[in-house]
Amino acid sequence: MERFGKITGEPAGPRETQVTQPMEKQPNPPQPWDRLKRNPVAMAGLLIVGVVVLAAVLAPWAAPYDPVEQFPEGLSSEGRPFGPTARFWLGTDLLGRDLFSRLLYGARVSLLVGVVANGAALAIGTLLGGMAGYFKGWAGSVFMRFTDMMMAFPALLLAIALSAILRPSLWIVALVIALVNWVWIARVVYSQMLALSAREFVEAARAIGVPTGRLLARHLLPHLLPTLLVWGTLGISTTVLFEAALSFLGVGVRPPTPSWGGIINESQSYFLDAPWLVAAPGMAILLTSLAFNLVGDGLRDALDPQMRGR
Amino acid sequence: MVTYLLVRLGQALLVLFGIVLMTFLLAFILPADPARMIAGQSATAETVQRIRHELGLDQPLAVQFSRYLGQVARGNLGRSYAQKVDVAALLRSRFPATVELMVAGIVFELLIGLPAGILAAVRRDTWLDRGVMVGAFLGVSAPQFAVGLLLLYLVAFRLSLLPLGGYGSLAHLILPALTLGIAGGGWYARVMRSTMVEVLGQDFVRTARAKGLPPAQVVGRHALKNAVLPIVTMVGLDFGTFMGGVVVVESVFGWPGIGQLAWQAIQIVDIPVILGVVIFSALAIVTGNLLADLTYPWLDPKIRYQ
Repeated sequence: MERFGKITGEPAGPRETQVTQPMEKQPNPPQPWDRLKRNPVAMAGLLIVGVVVLAAVLAPWAAPYDPVEQFPEGLSSEGRPFGPTARFWLGTDLLGRDLFSRLLYGARVSLLVGVVANGAALAIGTLLGGMAGYFKGWAGSVFMRFTDMMMAFPALLLAIALSAILRPSLWIVALVIALVNWVWIARVVYSQMLALSAREFVEAARAIGVPTGRLLARHLLPHLLPTLLVWGTLGISTTVLFEAALSFLGVGVRPPTPSWGGIINESQSYFLDAPWLVAAPGMAILLTSLAFNLVGDGLRDALDPQMRGR
Repeated sequence: MVTYLLVRLGQALLVLFGIVLMTFLLAFILPADPARMIAGQSATAETVQRIRHELGLDQPLAVQFSRYLGQVARGNLGRSYAQKVDVAALLRSRFPATVELMVAGIVFELLIGLPAGILAAVRRDTWLDRGVMVGAFLGVSAPQFAVGLLLLYLVAFRLSLLPLGGYGSLAHLILPALTLGIAGGGWYARVMRSTMVEVLGQDFVRTARAKGLPPAQVVGRHALKNAVLPIVTMVGLDFGTFMGGVVVVESVFGWPGIGQLAWQAIQIVDIPVILGVVIFSALAIVTGNLLADLTYPWLDPKIRYQ
């Protein structure tokens, strides 16, 4: 977390103009991390993110039971699942498995898909959007038409069809989500790169013969990092929802691996009698997605004070 | 204006062509054999071969694609493998339910999003503002299927106020539309707030206030008119996405729209239907964006397309 301040605090960062001011006398301007700390809503989001990450990492130790173990005593004598009891904290599901343990393990799927899919989308989007924005010309036009096309693609439909036909694993689901999500990041990076590559320091670097690859990686990429950080965080929230929707439709991660959307899918036929089987995983998805949204929004304010409150 | 329209139409056609090409290729490379699916598991190799020939699936890829493209251009989307009905006819039969849900969903989004966004902008930086914005984030972060199921449980099952899913009367429409409105309304509220904050800071608003107009009129008449453009863009986007079928919500409520059609087709790998829905959705999305663009100059005389 400490790294946020360093990224934009680098001499090559957006604050070059300050070099002319006497450095010793100036109190340090508030760093992004300090600004983030003063935003209670974002900090609440960060706290929830922390809890979810802990749940995912510590699931094998924190879960009271094996998430796939079916307890005969987890079902009533008529075969109904239990609501919350002293033994099963959040109740049991239709097969008599412990819901709380399944939720803890479900955090793993959500976060893993969220981070992997979103990381892949960021990588593809930055690469394609960045190249198109830097080289402009025909590359830019081709890029714009291609993204137009991708944006008109019914994304969820495409993802459902792909994962239904491909017999999905966790990795396929992540890949499919990345394939439909990269285009938004690419558009943002493209427009930023267009503006950046017209600036004087790029001209100067070119003039002294910095090779293009080095120019892109060392001089231009650092300027994109704040944007990527914000979009990366907000994107996890979208991805978590996306994965949950796929699992809810039964084309996400395969059972018996517990995933939050999958738990709701399995319980759907019985939810009028056992609403907690929908409410508890639904709440887990909501909180996780909300938390990443709050942190991402807070980061945007912290990294770009002019955008504050917009 | 005419030139602009022609350029935009040309771009739209290009986008549609690309989508037809990509979906077609995708359907081709997927490891699913339609001939085998139609023939069934117990069919002999000869039967499968005969069906493959009848469908033209033994032709070269380019031939298959150009034939398909020619048919699509004439509005013929092929026949469903499973139901032996024209795909266009299937889409037509799902059209009324889809339009109903699209309109009602957008109405709910606007009803929830616009007042919330305006309120937050007017009371900027108060606890009310923060509360509304967290509420908006809650809306966009909520998984629609869980919201839908819990609405069904509370409103339809426990309170027996509305029917438990299905299609027919206006009462059937409320819960699915509300489910769409809760998520979309959050986005609308955020966009409305940020545009409104910007507009309220402009000189003409100060002038309107200075000449003594009541605050409600300043916001409702002067500022709102100038803050409506991004909302139009969003309505255009939603028009497209909702027309293409909202698979999750339709699945929760048993709503017989295009999303349900797509979902059923995906489960049995009925490729002509999947292709048809994708192309129809893309057409709807492109149309929605185009309609939004064409509305701008009418709403804001400063925008003139060359």
